[in-house]
Amino acid sequence: MGGEGAVVRFLAAAAAASVLAGAANAATPAAEQRRFEVEARASAPGFSGFSAQRGEALFKATHGGEWSCSSCHTGNPLAQGKHARTGKPIAPLAPAANPERFTDAATIDKWFRRNCNDVLARACTAQEKGDVMQYLMSLK
Amino acid sequence: MHTTPRRPILAIAAWAIGPLAALLVAHQAMAESRITAPPNARWSAECGTCHVAYPAPLLSAQGWHRIMSQLDRHFGTDASLEPAAAAEIGAYLERYSGSSRRTAASPDSMRITETAWFVHEHGEVPSAVWRSPAVKSAANCAACHTGAEKGDFRERGIRIPR
Repeated sequence: MGGEGAVVRFLAAAAAASVLAGAANAATPAAEQRRFEVEARASAPGFSGFSAQRGEALFKATHGGEWSCSSCHTGNPLAQGKHARTGKPIAPLAPAANPERFTDAATIDKWFRRNCNDVLARACTAQEKGDVMQYLMSLK
Repeated sequence: MHTTPRRPILAIAAWAIGPLAALLVAHQAMAESRITAPPNARWSAECGTCHVAYPAPLLSAQGWHRIMSQLDRHFGTDASLEPAAAAEIGAYLERYSGSSRRTAASPDSMRITETAWFVHEHGEVPSAVWRSPAVKSAANCAACHTGAEKGDFRERGIRIPR
């Protein structure tokens, strides 16, 4: 009897642990955006929130170079994109159309690093990343 | 009257070995155009997002090394990786890289399309096909090789887009 109870308690604890681990791995876009908010507040004392409008402008502009974000992700981030050089399809970027987007910190950081370098020829600021996320999260 | 084989064992052996030999020859021919390196999860995830994850045997170790050493300037885009991913993928590509005869290219080339093997295999492709919007680039294997994503480049899988 006591042995069975211990097994049940162990299984319950294991199940709870795996749920927690899963939650830690799959963050939400809002939680990921808060990372950039913390960073933006630390670097700019005048931080006054993120703006979908600024994010959209950044997303659709070429910044003195050949490409904008929409060169590959198209002007409608709810739709499937296409790599500007290779033509390979790119899954939609807006979380409403693709729930996997903005749920993994390493993936987010990797693509902001690469794509800001390609489009703006520099790293994006935390403000800019948060603005772009605000725009993408506003699309339904 | 047909003659009964004097040594039935030999007849049975020939009957069994004949198809087996044919199968082996066919398998060899398949292996030629089926690029056989065991897949690596990190390679297919990191290298297969923007383009077909090009099979390691298609380029020399030297060529892969050159590519991996300048991923931040990768054919006009930043494809930089975290150090751990770069190390794993670099070792994988080098381990299964192609032999020098097949993948011979000019010493500073990083392009599969400049290897002796690629040039030879694609000699019959008309230039209009390369220029077609559906193909766009010789790097777009999957435009014609329908099994490219699975490492299958056999003739029977080729569909030239119109």
